[in-house]
Formats: sequence, structure tokens, C-alpha cells
Amino acid sequence: MDIHEYQAKKILSNFGVTIPRGGIVYSPENAENKAREIGGSRWVVKAQIHSGARGKAGGIIVCNTPLEVAQATDKLLGKKLVTNQTGPEGKIVNRIYIEEATDIEKELYLGLVFDRSSESIMVVASTEGGMSVEEISKEKPETIIRSKIEVAVGMQNFQARELAFGLGVEPDLIRRASDTIIGCYKAFSELDATMVEVNPLVISKQKQILALDCKMSFDNNAMFRRSQVSELRDKTQEDSKEIFASDRGLNYVSLDGNIGNIINGAGLAMASMDMIKLAGGAPANFLDVGGGATPEKIVKAFKLVTMDEKVKVILVNIFAGINRCDWVAEGIVDALKKIEIKVPLVIRLAGTNVEKGNKILKESKINYIEANTLEDAANKAVAALNK
Amino acid sequence: MTVLVDKNSKIIIQGFTGKMGSFHADEMIKYGSNVVGGVTPGKGGSKHLDLPVFNTVKDAVNETGADATILFVPPAFAADSAMEAADAGIKICVAIVDGIPSHDMIRIKRYMRRYTKSSKMTLVGPNCAGIISPGKSMLGIMPGHIYKEGRVGIISRSGTLGYEAAQQLKNLNIGVSTSVGIGGDPINGSSFRDIIEKFEADEETDAILMIGEIGGPQEVAAGEFAKENMKKPVIAYIAGLTAPKGRVMGHAGAIVSAYGESAIEKVEILKECGITISKNPSVMGDTVKSVLEKI
Repeated sequence: MDIHEYQAKKILSNFGVTIPRGGIVYSPENAENKAREIGGSRWVVKAQIHSGARGKAGGIIVCNTPLEVAQATDKLLGKKLVTNQTGPEGKIVNRIYIEEATDIEKELYLGLVFDRSSESIMVVASTEGGMSVEEISKEKPETIIRSKIEVAVGMQNFQARELAFGLGVEPDLIRRASDTIIGCYKAFSELDATMVEVNPLVISKQKQILALDCKMSFDNNAMFRRSQVSELRDKTQEDSKEIFASDRGLNYVSLDGNIGNIINGAGLAMASMDMIKLAGGAPANFLDVGGGATPEKIVKAFKLVTMDEKVKVILVNIFAGINRCDWVAEGIVDALKKIEIKVPLVIRLAGTNVEKGNKILKESKINYIEANTLEDAANKAVAALNK
Repeated sequence: MTVLVDKNSKIIIQGFTGKMGSFHADEMIKYGSNVVGGVTPGKGGSKHLDLPVFNTVKDAVNETGADATILFVPPAFAADSAMEAADAGIKICVAIVDGIPSHDMIRIKRYMRRYTKSSKMTLVGPNCAGIISPGKSMLGIMPGHIYKEGRVGIISRSGTLGYEAAQQLKNLNIGVSTSVGIGGDPINGSSFRDIIEKFEADEETDAILMIGEIGGPQEVAAGEFAKENMKKPVIAYIAGLTAPKGRVMGHAGAIVSAYGESAIEKVEILKECGITISKNPSVMGDTVKSVLEKI
């Protein structure tokens, strides 16, 4: 789960990280007052969307008067911002964060992620803040320093100090820099985060160390014990079909193609998408109804896939294990009584009681194309598209 | 010898009296697995499916000599259950459950470092289908009948894609020595490399089919291990050629976040390690067959 910049900043400031003064607004009228309340002579108006690279997309505007702050807020609110991370449909701006402008002396990069190789928390830092970590590793890999933190004992002062010295922080500021790094680590480990990124972490001309922009993501599996974090979820930043799916226990990812998929198991779903591509088609979605593929889930899956107007063919691929193909077939027949399908439907069943399952489908008089193997299913789906 | 479980494995079920635990205990017993009892705290002393129920894993081990366990407990309690099993001297633990927080997985693995290699429990999963040695024992939730007895080892992240492979092999009259589902989470108990090493040492296995997917370093680590240390042929399929970068594809661990984690990059690296690649998921069986013919 992702959260907004201003939410992440609030969390980090609770862990002792200094952030510029700022406030959230939902209307231009409030913006002008908020700017006066924050004080200072320059402000930054920042569109709050779940994406990086907002600056390049016009989502960050520097202003010199409270009136300008109001105008910038008016310009951004309700707008869809398209960045290189949002996809072509963009993300809607419903919240604006107004912040006092910072006199930047130096921009640093600080990121924390799980390291799957060492099964520890990895801190990544660089002197080249302001660029994305991908850009830094491509263009300035020599500036990157890393530190692996053993989760059971947590981050030690010396580890934070080493990172701070490695970033070239001047001696007077080392203490403050290491407290900032440890604060980020604590936020990560105590809140079940999967990513904390402060980019840039700046040293101001007034010799303050400030988190100027930050992102946090959290482990969905741990939200049952992080109610305060889970309340920060902003559904307006998520794909409506993906919300529909996650609320119903389905794993769904919206894609660009036109062949809709209903599959059980994440691996089989990815494999089926690969087969569609090899057959010359493109998947409209990834959809895993779960290893069990219960009839209820299949009904929900049909609802979800038919919500997508791009879908021109639906491919169902179920490998029945503990459940049986005859149950799955009954589930499909039941679903098709409730939902009208206007596009060709290709069904491939495999596993336990496959003959019985196919017999039920045939006798039900539903209009579908039977497929036997993964390859057969993908080929028939693509062929149906071209008819 | 077989990998991880055999006819002599004495199996208990943690979360025995719940719906999932009961159903799959029954399936395992029908398959012929040697299930000796189960654990549900607070229900010790009673009987379930004609087998004894214990309050703690230690009680179960003391009374039955159990050495294998399978977890059907909710994700919030799974870490605790796995550590309890490790402490009670269980040798192999399969965690079926999907949804264990990553921080908990790190904690389990850190906890298990206190044991010496010989007394350390092997954890398989979470978010996996479990283990089957066809004709001998099943410590998992797979449909046992699609696995033919034989000499190919399977390691798969995905459950259903592992079934697909077993079925393709069976259709070609090729059997399986053991199939191990290692699960789709970012941090898991046993890696591809851990299991591939066991297959290399197993006298009943001639070749290994490794079914990986996008995300994480494990497929590549196994490939590098195979290149340096293995004599048996390895065949691999990597799912997710069409998966977009930065998105989680169903499995919490199936996300491309670094170089070498996309399907194309993994395939390239594995090829360099001398591993035979199954070009697409519908030819996993055929690819294994052609490799076996060359042995």
C-alpha cells in the first residue's frame, strides 16, 4: 500500500526526521490562508498523487506570494497528472500540500528497502539526490553506498554514522544526519513498511537536514496490525477495477491488451499471459481467482472482467486441484446465468474430473469455445479476436 | 531416499481442527501420508479424525515422535507456529498460508539461526502448495493423482503452474521423484538453491525442473549454484514475460524491482549457467523429455 508524500512526512517527523513547515489543503481558498499561516516568503505547491516524477509533469509549482499559492492550487486541484509512473490515464489530484521553500545547499538520496538476498533491510544512499535511484545507479553508480541492517538488533549508531560520513556530511552535522537515518529505519521497521525513500534529503543553507520529498509503501499483509497506517489508504489513487478486485479477495492488475483473463493461481496466470503474447495477442488483465477457484470467486471474476470495456475476448483457464472441474464448470454456468457476456469466451479446464467438467459445460448450452491445453487456449483466444 | 518427506515421515497438522486443517489432513491421509495427530491450543486431549489433538507441538512430538508438520493457521499466528515447531525439534515444516507479513518471515529465519545445521528445521513456504513424493507421502494441498511416480524433481514458486507441469509430464509418461512448492512470497523458508542442492544429492532424481517467475534473486542464485556444483541437468521455465515492471503480480514476491529480476533477464542469465530453458509454459514437459533422452 502506498501513501501520499505529506502522510509519509508526518510519519517520519514522528520518528525525529525534520521536515519543512507545511500543510494540506483541499481548496484554493484555504491555500492562501495556509501559506500565510506557514509563513516565509516563498512556497512550494505540491500535487499529492501516488507517483514520483511529479515535478516533470507540472505537479510542483514554486510561488512567491500567497495569491500565487492560491492560483497554483486552483490550477492543480482536480487535474489528472500523467507521469512516467502513472500510465497514460494519469492520477487525479484531490489534495495539495503547501510547504515553505527551502534554500538548498546539497541534495542527497536515502532509501530503505527489503533486501531479498540477505533477508535484511538495506539502506541505500547517494550524494546525487534529486535523481531517481534508477538514474543514479545507471549514471553515477560510484556514488552509491549501502548498509545491511540486521533486523533482530536494529540499526546501530555506527552504521548510521558511517552512512553520514560516506555522504560527505560535514562533522558538525553528523549527529543530526545519523539521527535522521535512524529515524527512517525505525519508521520502516516499526510500521511494517516495505519501502522508505527520502529523495532528496537536503542540507539547507541554514544547516538543517530536511526530508524534502518522501515516499513510503507498506506490506499489505501486515495491515491487520497497523490500523493507523491502513487508514491512510487513498482509493482515489487506485484503479477502480483493482479496488473492486481487492475488496473481493481477487488479485487483479489492469493491463493494456484486449484479451480478458480468469485464471487460478498467480504463476499459471502469468504463464497464460505469456502464452497469449506468444500467440500474437495481448492480455487486458492479470486475474488470479486463487488456487481454490470457488464458484463464488468465478462469478465475481466474470463481473470484474466484463467491467473492462477493452475486453474483446475472455479466456478462462482453471487447473482444478483439490476442487474439481465439475464444480468449477457448475460455477461458470452459474456465473453466465447472472452475467451476460457479449464477447467470445474460451474455456480451458484441466486437472481433477476434467471430462465431467467439459461435459457439464457442453450440456449447459452456454456459448463458448473449448480448449484443451494452455497453448490451444491462447491460440483460440487470439483467433476469436480476429474473427 | 527422497527429498524432505517419505513413507516414514510422521506428520502433524498445526491448526488441525479448523476447516482447512481438517479437509487437507483428510486428503493427506487418503493419499497415504503418515499423519499421526495435530495441534490446536486448548483442544489437547481430544480426538479429531480419529487422531490425537495436542495443545503444543512439544506434546505432539513427545507422544507421537512427529518429525514433520504442516501449518493451517491464520497468517497473523503463522510465525509463532513455525517457531514453535522449530523449537520442538520438528525437521520439516510446510507453511501453506498466504499473507504472512515480510517482517515476520525475517523474524522466523533469524530465530532459526540459533540451531546448528543438523538440528535445524527446514521451512518450506509460505504461500505454497507443499511437498509430494508420489506414491510415498504428501505434505501439502496438491491433487495427488496428477503426480506419477518417477525420477524428475520439480521445484515451483506457483502451485497451479507446478500442477500444470506435473500433468504435462504425466501425459508424456514421465514421473516425479519429489515436487516442492517454495511459494510466492518475497522472503521464504527454502530457496530454489536450497532445494536444488537436495535434488542433486538425491539418488532417486535424474533431472530437475525449476519453475520460477519474475521478481527476486533466487532463480539466478540457483542457476549459479547449478553451474558450479551440479552434474544433473536442470530445466527451467520463468513466468511473467508480459508482466509490467513495478507491479505485484498476485504473488507478493512477483514484482520486478531490480536488474536481473524480469523474466527475460532471468532466462538470459540461466542460459549462461547452462540451464535448458522451456520457452513457454506449454512445453515444460516436452523440454524435460528431450533433456532426459540425452542422459
